[in-house]
This record gives sequence, C-alpha cells and structure tokens, in this order.
Amino acid sequence: MTNHWVDIKNTDLAIIMGGNAAEAHPCGFKWVIEAKKERKAKLVVVDPRFTRSASVADFYAPIRAGSDIAFLGGVINYLMTNDKIHHDYVKNYTNAAFLIDEGFKFDDGLFSGYNAEKRSYDKSTWSYQKDKDGYAMVDETLQSPNCVFQLMKKHYSRYTPELVSKVTGTPKEDFLRICGMIAETAAPNKTMTVLYALGWTEHTVGSQNIRTMAMIQLLLGNMGMAGGGINALRGHANVQGITDMCLYSEVLPGYLSAPTDADKTHEEYLAKRTPKALRPGQMNFPQNFPKWFNSLMKAFYGNAATKENGFCYDWVPKKDGAYDAMDIFERMHQGKMTGFACQGFNPLASMANKRKIGDALAKLKYLVIIDPLATDTSEFWKHHGEFNEVDASKIQTEVFRLPANLFAEDAGSFTNSGRVAQWHWKAADGPGESKGDSEIMAALFLRLKELYAKDGGKFPDAILNLAWPYRQPAKPAPEELLMEISGKALADVTDPADKTKVLVKAGDQVPGFALLRDDGSTSCGNWIYGGCWSQAGNLTARRDASDPSGLGQTLNWGFSWPANRRILYNRASADMAGKPWDPKRPVLRWTGTAWGGNDIPDMRPNAAPDEKVMPFIMAPEGVARLFSPIMADGPFPEHYEPFESPLDSNPFHPGNAKAKSNPAARVFKGDMDSFGTAKDFPYVATTYRLVEHFHFWTKHAHINAVLQPEHFVEIGEALAKEKGIQAGDRVKVRSNRGHIKAVAVVTKRIRALEVDGKKVHTIGIPLHFGFKGVTKPGYITNTLTPFVGDANSQTPEYKAFLVNIEKA
Amino acid sequence: MQVTRRQFFKICSAGLGGSSIAMLGYSPTAALAEVREFKLARATETRNMCPYCSVSCGVLAYSIGDKSKNAKAEIIHIEGDPDNPVNRGTLCPKGAGLLDMVHSPNRLKYPEVREPGSNEWKRISWDEAIARITKHMKADRDANFIEKNAEGTTVNRWNTFGFLASSAAANEPGYLTSKILRGLGVVALDTQARI
Repeated sequence: MTNHWVDIKNTDLAIIMGGNAAEAHPCGFKWVIEAKKERKAKLVVVDPRFTRSASVADFYAPIRAGSDIAFLGGVINYLMTNDKIHHDYVKNYTNAAFLIDEGFKFDDGLFSGYNAEKRSYDKSTWSYQKDKDGYAMVDETLQSPNCVFQLMKKHYSRYTPELVSKVTGTPKEDFLRICGMIAETAAPNKTMTVLYALGWTEHTVGSQNIRTMAMIQLLLGNMGMAGGGINALRGHANVQGITDMCLYSEVLPGYLSAPTDADKTHEEYLAKRTPKALRPGQMNFPQNFPKWFNSLMKAFYGNAATKENGFCYDWVPKKDGAYDAMDIFERMHQGKMTGFACQGFNPLASMANKRKIGDALAKLKYLVIIDPLATDTSEFWKHHGEFNEVDASKIQTEVFRLPANLFAEDAGSFTNSGRVAQWHWKAADGPGESKGDSEIMAALFLRLKELYAKDGGKFPDAILNLAWPYRQPAKPAPEELLMEISGKALADVTDPADKTKVLVKAGDQVPGFALLRDDGSTSCGNWIYGGCWSQAGNLTARRDASDPSGLGQTLNWGFSWPANRRILYNRASADMAGKPWDPKRPVLRWTGTAWGGNDIPDMRPNAAPDEKVMPFIMAPEGVARLFSPIMADGPFPEHYEPFESPLDSNPFHPGNAKAKSNPAARVFKGDMDSFGTAKDFPYVATTYRLVEHFHFWTKHAHINAVLQPEHFVEIGEALAKEKGIQAGDRVKVRSNRGHIKAVAVVTKRIRALEVDGKKVHTIGIPLHFGFKGVTKPGYITNTLTPFVGDANSQTPEYKAFLVNIEKA
Repeated sequence: MQVTRRQFFKICSAGLGGSSIAMLGYSPTAALAEVREFKLARATETRNMCPYCSVSCGVLAYSIGDKSKNAKAEIIHIEGDPDNPVNRGTLCPKGAGLLDMVHSPNRLKYPEVREPGSNEWKRISWDEAIARITKHMKADRDANFIEKNAEGTTVNRWNTFGFLASSAAANEPGYLTSKILRGLGVVALDTQARI
C-alpha cells in the first residue's frame, strides 16, 4: 500500500477491483465502511462475481475475468477526452511533458523492438530524448506529438466505451457511470483510493493491470494524498515484510537488485545500479545504492568485508537467469535440481498445475519441509485416494518434515500491508519438539559450517565467515536480528560538511538510512528498515495509538518503512508552492523553512518549493511515470487476452495472432501444449478466497472446517440450467491439465456476459481445499490452473483460464 | 508491556472499592463462594498478531502458566486487541478461529523422515534430522557448486538446491534465512510474495 489501512477512511471514493476486501481482508475493509458513514464516500466494485464487497457497494458492475486493462484503458480515454484530469499535478509531478525517442512505435498490438522468437522486447526506443547534459527533454506545453501526454492520449483513444464493453462484457452504461464517479476525483481536493489484491496480480498482464490504475491515479492527482494511493491488499500477515527482506532471487534485502553474471566486479555492479538524475536538481535517491549495498555486506560478512575485497562482493551468488518459483519447478521438472526446501509454503496446493508440481517433486533426491502443519506438499508422495493418485513405492525422494512454531510461539515483527512493522511477543512454546524458524535455520547452517570447517569442500569462505554475532549461536534472538536489520555504526559516522562533528558514535544504532555510509563504517541488514531499532530502542514495539492529525496516522504506533513515513510520495499532497491540495486533509505543507505536517516528509526537509525538487524521489526523473521504460511488456499497458481465452482473437488486434495474449509473457517448452481452447473448454474459470478460510492453513483448524467444510464451485443460474445442474449436485470441473470434483453452488452472483458477440459464462472456484486437513478431503483447485505467469513478476495466471463442467 | 488480567482486576477493584461491583450483585461474599476463579483472571495476556491476511490484526493471546520452565504456558483464548488502531479489537471468522489453529490436531510435533519408496513417516530426533539433511546438502553443494562460469567470471552459485520461504515467518527469521541462503550460494530462492 502506498497509504495504509486506517487512511482508507479519508477517501471520497473507494474502488475495489481485482480483490474482495470484505471477504479477504474484513477488518481492514471496515475503514471503507467508516469512510461511507463519516465522509459519505462512495464504494464502487467491479468484479466477475457479485461479491461480499459488492453487496455493500454504492455501485457494482460485472467484468469478464482477465479484461481489466480494457476497462481501465477506457477510463484513461474517458478522463483525457473529457478533460477530467488534475492539470497542475500531471504537468509537474508526472513525466507527461517528457519527450520520447522518435523511434518509439506501437503497431497492431506490438511495441517497437519486439523479438517474437525470444518473446521479449529490445527497449532501446522506449526512452527519453536527452539533451547534451544527459537530462531528459520536456515540452511543458504538452503539445509535442512525441511527449508522453500526447502519446498516451493517442494510445488510449482506441479504448472507446463501445470496444470496452465488447471486450469486458461490462454494460456500456455501467462503465460510463463508473467513469463519471472516478472523474469527480480529478478535483484537487477530492481523492479516490484503490483497493486491489490477487485478482489483479494473478494474470499474465498482472503488473500492467496495476500500472493502468496507477496512471489513472496520477491523472487524477490522487497519489500522495490522504485517502488516495494504490493499495495492494496483500496475503499473509508478514508477506510485506518477507518481500522487503527479499527472499527471492532478483533482489537482496531492501530491494537491492542482485548481481548477475554480467556484473563482473564490485565497481561494475555498483555503477550499473547507481543512476544519474534525469532532471536537474532532483533527489534521485537511488544514487545512495553503494551505501545500502556495502552496509548490507558488512551485516552479512562483518570484519571479512573490507574495502579491498569489494566488501566480499564475489561471495554473493550471481544469477545466470530467472529463478522464480515457476522457473524453479520447471528446472526441477527437467531433473536439474537435487534438493529443495519449503518453509511455511505448500507449493503442491499453491502453485499452478498440481500434476506438474507433483511430478517435479518426485524427481528430487531430498525435500525438506519446515512447517507448523502437516501440509499437502509434505505428502505429495502418498496415495490419498482420487485426490492424490500416486504410487509411493515409485517415488525415491527422501522427505524430511521439521515442526516449526506458529505466530504465538515466537517474538518478532510482522509488517502489515500498510508497511507498518509491529512487534509481537511470545505467548507459549510450540507443541512437542517444535522450534522457531530462526532456530531451525541456525541449526542447519551451524551444522553445515561445522562440516565445512572439519572436512572442507567447495568454496567454504562465505560459509565460514558469515557474521554470526549472536549471544546464543544456536538461537539468534529476534531482538538481535532486528537490530542487525536496522543498522549500526562500526566507526564514528561524521558530518560530511564538518568531519569533526560526530553524527553517530561507533557501536550505536543508526537513527535512519540517511546515516549509512559506503566506506564500511556502517552495517545495515535492510536499509529501508534503517532506524526501526535506533538508540531509542525497538520502535516496532511502540504502542501509542494517539492520532493528533485525526487522519489515522498514529506515528507512534509501530514503525512504518521508510523512515516511519505513513503515506508514500506525500510531497505530492501539496501544490508547487507547498500548500496542501486539500486544506481539510493536509498531509504535508511547506512552513517557510521546512516541510512539516502530519507525516514524515517524503522529501529533503529543507527543499524549498522554488528549488523544484519533485515528489517521486526514488525515480531519477523526480516525477512519476505515465510512460514506463522499465516494464517487460510495454511502456503503456495494453489489453491482451488471458492465455486461455474464450475469444478467438484479441478484439483490439483481431488480425494479429501474436498480440492475442501478452507477447512478452514467458512460456516454457511443453506448457504451450497444456493450454486448452474454447472449443473443448468453453467456460471462464477464476479462483478466489472465502471469508472463513485462509489459503491452505485453516483447513487444519476445527472451527473453520465447521464453517466451510467442503470444496464447492459457484456457477450462474443460466449455466446451471443449460447443464442440468442443481444446487448441491456433485460436479466435475475439467481443464486441459486435470479435473476436480466439488459441490455445485448455483447462484445469481455470477451472471453470463455478452462478450464480442457471444455469451460467456464464468465459474468461480474457491481454493482452500486439499487432501490434508480437518475439512472433508478434497481436490486441489490448482490442479486446473495454467503454468504461465505475468511478464514482469512471473505470478501465475490463476484468475482467468478455461474449463468445462458436467455433473459428476 | 504485559499486564495480566488478574493485575488488571486488582487495579479495577482498588478503584471501584465495593461500590458499583457490589451494586451489580457481585458482593465479595458471593465472589468467595465461587468454586474457582475466572480463567482469564489468572491468565497471562500477550500482545500478538494474527498471522493470516495482511491487515495483521492485533490480538491478545491468553495463556495459563507463566512461561517459565516449570510452568509451561498453554494458550487458552485469543481475542482482538482493542488498542490496535487498525482492527480495534475486531477479528474476522479466520482470526476468531485462531485458537483452533494453535491447537490443530495436524500440528507437527517432532521431526520425521519418509525414506525413498517408503509409504510411511518415521519419527527421528532433531539431531538425526539435521545430520541427515545437512549431509544431503553438503554432498549436493560440493558436487554442483559453480565457482566460475564458462567465461571465467566468479559466480559462486549453487543452483541445484531451491528454497521457498515463508511469508508467515516474522521479519527476523526472514532476514536470517536470506543471509544464510546467500551465504551458501543459493539462487533458486522464492517466496509466497510472488503468488
């Protein structure tokens, strides 16, 4: 979330699309109700199903799963055609005025630079025109045909209400009514908040779904405002924190892009990741990259990391390709992996195409499960009737299962969706011999270290020298770890302007990331958490809920990264002169000498408005990107069909088969054949979550199993009639990858839509069931889903695929 | 940071004296006649977080036993934390069922192994589990670790071992897991955040 949960109450219009907050995030959703009650805010819901969120909405419109960009591109067209944009904001705080390379083209669904064989783009023409000093050139009149504003207007002019309705199935009048409601928030003192979840991310165009809405929020001037923003309602209680700690291959803690084979030396690596400002006078905050990386290396390798050895740069493993979860399972399926560990993760149930995942796991030599629960994955080798038809005697994988503690059995910090880290305390030991995750990881590591010290082996240096300063080596304490994450001075840190002035004494915790250095005098495990444990102590443990602003900022409750800032880009909540766009909800203002107000400024505190330092400090441009040169699949989002679509072609590009589905999405060899067509699988399926269950955990909890005991699928009345299915019948749902059986729920909540001249039915499939648990044993929903992901994030396309249905 | 409900009751009764409580019918005599104390009155209250969705609701966990070696705590009740500014004491049907998650019959209690081709689990000690797993890991790493790529660039990666990390873990074990895995040279690393 760019904003935070309580801030939702400050909005004028909440739009829920690609999510169902009332069901999946009920206690956060109540802030929408608060806004409705207290501010007379409106709620709009756009979803294939009439969800629980829709049931309390002021307006609901249906949409075909997988057509969100068509809808949102239509909104952009509406706003630009009807001049419903926040002009001062767009002109100053976005790259609307930037001039783009004249070679940039968009032709029948493909952007310039496409390579069909590699399914990827050469992005060299997706770039700014630059002047002799290397700065991006702009046209402040926004009139040049090559400025972002005009290119964008042209790009989305194709998204007419008629075509939008034809592609999405949303009735035209419903679409226009929502456009009108959204357009009202173009007024400087009106805001809209956007609440989305996996209904946007789990598509082959997932990242661009979100980007399209971000562009709308920029046109309306709603970023940085109280009650505004783009708010990802995420999964687990600490999914945000684990993302921040970067437990994925592309990045090191704090989103530091990980080295690849192309980054041969420390200098080369840093140089490529330390950008130069693209406009004069901008903060260009990523210019601090060397401070963040070198401080991380000091946290990882302590005294072994020196200036002379590039702070152990060579010890960091370099990537030679993608290693996202789908890629890992593809490698495993090809027999290229020996071992694998799942820590609190149940991939047999949660990854796409269950059969492929099971086959892949069976090719491993060893599998380690670290979990509080007996997961489905831990028994992938075991015959569980029709739900898991395997022959254990033929599976040679050695499987270990290690009992881990649950939330209440350890202390530590969780970071919520609003980026607020909150400490929790241990209430009891776990059952039997279970241990905390840190203790289990320490046990594995220390034993390996002992083996390497005794017997030697391949490259033991990084193992033997990993900094391990914990008082009880076998039990690193969460307090010690959070202090390491937050960072400390290893030598006196002095003021660059006056070397005699000591800002942080050697040995002290740093007060924030601004004090980190690139010379080895500071250590910090994750720069964005810098200062969360300062000399003042553990700020994540703060529990002062006072809220003098009335905006719900609660600056002394927990710690919000970065720098305890609650609303990102908050400088954009004020005009060029530093006056709040909405004086009734002021987040920040220029006081004459400094930025101040109801949040930690997302701006150099003494940057006077006439210095023209723009609010998007993490971008070298200083402004937000309506045109983004870094996306894999295009600088402007374009509608592409899901890989399994009920349509024969993309109605935006009916003559170009290459532009039917995302041309830059990765498809593994063999997986293309696993996709089904509308001829055999005529119905659109979408997976979703229930209020009574959480992923694949609560099927192990008695009360949740009582509330929702059995797998079901939801179908509309028209389809039920066509197929002769009654409520309560057992049905078989098939995709080209397998089948599930479940109970049919026949409902008015899903209606058939008119799409491109044909009737499209949707089937809703909750995902919470499986063969392990105290719910009735069931099939795994992801037996059905396709093994293909978003071109940018590689998140699988769980939300739009094709199935057939019949009475079982 | 932790106040037991018993202490809380003591504070209250000191303030209220015998007045309003007695008026409500709870006279000291009646209280003495109770068969036993209220459970929550002798429970330890611990601030915690619901582990499910990313609202990360504040919860209060009540346990009996003071968490010392000779009085092992057992969680008997979990409710919403009314001081938490986000959930203000509310919990959804998931969070309201947390006690059944803590005490699920499917909690793992000791390390186990399923040997190749076998159809069953076998209980083993932690020591044996760690010894056997690390033996596999070392053999795998020593056989497949790549120090330099074909061009001669130092790459120091071990890509035949993969790891999926938990989003249910706290930041601290998350960071430690990242540190250890990078130290071992692991690149096939991913998390639930992706899906």
